[in-house]
This record gives sequence, structure tokens and C-alpha cells, in this order.
Amino acid sequence: MRKRLIPVLLLDRARRLVKTERFGARTYIGDPFNVVRLFNEKEVDEIAILDIDAGPEGRRPDFGFMKELASECFMPLSYGGGIRSVADCEELNRLGVEKFVLGQAGLEPKVVSSVSEVFGSQAVVVCIDVVGGGDSAHCVTGSGRQRHRIHPLAHALDAQAAGAGEIILQSVDRDGMRSGMDLEVIHGVSRALEIPVVALGGAGEVSHLADGLWAGASAVASGSTFSFIGRLRAVLVTYPSRREVDDAMVRSEAATS
Amino acid sequence: MQALSEVQPEVSVVDYGVGNIGALLNMFDHLGIEAVAVSDERGILAASRLVLPGIGAFDRAMRTLMDRGLIGSLNEAVIARGTPVLGVCLGMQLLARRSAEGQLAGLGWIAADVLRIEVPPSSALKVPHIGWSDVRPAGVQSLFIPTDTADEPERFYFDHSYHMICEEASDIAATFEYGRTLCCAVQRGHIAGVQFHPEKSHRFGMRLLEAWARSQGGVTQP
Repeated sequence: MRKRLIPVLLLDRARRLVKTERFGARTYIGDPFNVVRLFNEKEVDEIAILDIDAGPEGRRPDFGFMKELASECFMPLSYGGGIRSVADCEELNRLGVEKFVLGQAGLEPKVVSSVSEVFGSQAVVVCIDVVGGGDSAHCVTGSGRQRHRIHPLAHALDAQAAGAGEIILQSVDRDGMRSGMDLEVIHGVSRALEIPVVALGGAGEVSHLADGLWAGASAVASGSTFSFIGRLRAVLVTYPSRREVDDAMVRSEAATS
Repeated sequence: MQALSEVQPEVSVVDYGVGNIGALLNMFDHLGIEAVAVSDERGILAASRLVLPGIGAFDRAMRTLMDRGLIGSLNEAVIARGTPVLGVCLGMQLLARRSAEGQLAGLGWIAADVLRIEVPPSSALKVPHIGWSDVRPAGVQSLFIPTDTADEPERFYFDHSYHMICEEASDIAATFEYGRTLCCAVQRGHIAGVQFHPEKSHRFGMRLLEAWARSQGGVTQP
């Protein structure tokens, strides 16, 4: 099976797509509908739409807007941001979202297990935002504002035990840096889990994604890689061909062995 | 105008609260195939074609169908009247007799059982199986139509932890590889099911749903 490459679309409070750096400074990317249509044409493996202002502002998901957006998505679609209950997931599912990304709620085993019981584990994605590395690595929520004294690996194992079917492992430090993914954290977490790990954060080109896959991730996600081109970060929606990915995988293997 | 409103839609998607109804309706709408959600006996019996979606746990889906009193009308429509049906994801597993995931009996329309996917301990393969896999059509079926790009394999998006094992090899409509060869589509006459998500599989899924919606009920004769 080919491993998945997942464009991540960050939605702000004004329903625009943006790209962040270290969860801070934002660059405007474009209109969500245009970008989704472009990704349809490029036949992407999957997309993840994350409303990054919903949680911190205490909002629930923007259901009306997601209904319109989901009707344009003919690819697998996961949504995160402001989900707090099974009821939120039921409403999202009704309008065409089949995977639910839990951030803050992912720290509550009861929410994870109740969503998993209703929709099956394959529908439950727990997003773990990581700051730091090695033994001192810890998790944050609320767009990085809230620190938790739990190690990402411990959090991932708890989420798996509670019924998560997939983990998005996101490096806050590398967000938007385009210098490569945190391979050590990816390796450490993915080899300890039975469920797939989706690595996110730090990639700026296809070779970075290939490195993340070699480190053990079952899939790699990125905003920058699929939104920018060149050193000057010109906005351009792109997606590599299968051939380009295969070539990058071969080069990455040669470099690591 | 009145006559128009009485024309049956081409496809009726069974809405029993367990399934990605929105995504399926979106896809049919995109294909120009009139599709509606039906949630009661009247809707199911009036349907010219049924899609049975489903996600989540096997028992929960069967219990919901029971609680809503839909099992009788599904049997009446599909078995007695021969209404073509397509089960999608868990909806395909419900066509089987039973599942290792639960205790309740399935619809039993296909002589098959559902088991958890097992991968070798040494393998890097994960369960659930989430992602795109190449799919190999098998036997006589009308879900996969040959295309000009014959060298390009059929490719679909999967998201599941269980798979179906058919008693009759002739019921297998397609297989895929995940550690070993597994069944991912079944067809027995007008009863069909796919383990993957055609509504989330770009042009591959569009082609399949269109082929199914336009096929004459049962198997296309070779």
C-alpha cells in the first residue's frame, strides 16, 4: 500500500485558509473552495481541514460552512477544531465528514472512547501537538497556548487505548519552518503504536515527507509543502505525482542507509 | 408538475443514523444521478435502487436497523422484490451472516462472515487499514468497467479494521493485498457491496458508482 500524503488546510475565524509559523504568524493562502477544487483535480490522497480558531475561541465547528465545503470534497476528509462531543461528530458526519480530529478533546479518554464506540475507531483521529524533543517533549493544546505535563508517547498510547484509530503527531517548533520533520519523535511514537501515525510539521518539500515516512509514519501531512513554492514562499497549490513521491522515497532510503 | 414529483429518484440511500449519507449524496449529485435519503419502510419499499451505507460497529448498526423496524422492509425490497442494493464499507459487512466484531446476526444476504484483519506481527502494516490500495476486479461483476487506461489499476480509499470472507468464490467481485489477499467487493446478482469508500475515491469511485447506478439490476453478462 502506498503511504498517504495529506494536505492540511488551516481555516481561520474569517473562513480563509492560512498557513502558520510555529502556531503564530499567519500567511494568507486562499479561498477554501478554490483550494479544495484544486486538490480534487490533483486527486490527493486525503485532506485535513483544521479550524485553528474554533477551539481557542470556545466555538463549536462551523457546521453550515463545513456542509458547503464538504460537498466539494470527493476525497477522504477529516475535520478538526472545536469538536467536543459525539453530537458534534454526528452533525459533521451527516454533512459529509468521515474522520474527526480531536485536539483538546483528545486528552479526555471518555470523549475519545464515546466517539469511537459510535463511529468506530477508524473515524477517530487524535491530534497531538508536540513542543520540544526527547524526554522533555510535552504536549500543548489550544493552538499552543496550554501546556500539559504529558509526554507525546504517553498521550498517544492513552489515545490508542481509548479507541483512537489514528494519531496526527504535530511538531509545533517546526510548524511552517520548511526545514524537515522531527524524525526522532516520529520514529519513537510510530514504532510503539499499533495504529497509524500521521506526521505533521516541518516539511517544505517532498523529500522531507519521504524522510517522515522512512522514520515510521504511516502517512505524512503538510501545509507548506502543498501551498508554497520556492525560497520566497510564493503561494501555489501543488501536489506531487506518484512518480515524484516514489523517487523521493528512493533518495531518502539511500540517504538514511 | 405533479407527475414529475412522483418519478422515483434513481438511487435511495438508507439513512439510519449510521453512515456517511452526506458524502454519498454529494457524489451522486456531482454525477448527475438523482439520489435521496430514505429513513423509513415506505421509502425503502419505493426505492428503485438502494445504497446501504454504514460506519462504526457491526452490532450498533444492526441494532439501529432493528430498532427502527427497517430489517423487514429491507428484506422485502431486496429479497422479495429484487431491488438492487449496494452496501458501502460497514454496509457491505452487514450483508454477511455474522461478524467477529459483534454478536448480532447480519442480514445474511451473502454467504459470508466478517473477521478482524490480521497482519503478521513483524509487518509494518497497521490495523485499521487506512489509505489507498490497488483493487483487482474478480469474476463476473458489474461494478468495475474496463477503461481505455487499462494499465492503470483501480484504486480506492479504505478505512476499516474488519474484512469479509465469502463461502462462495463466485460472490467475490474484487480483492486487494494487505499482508495477504483479502476480499473488498462482493456481488451476487442484484446484491453488491464494497469495503472501500467509492464516495471518497475521486474518479475511480465516480466510475464505480455510475456503473452500478446505470447497470441493469444484476450482473452484466459477459
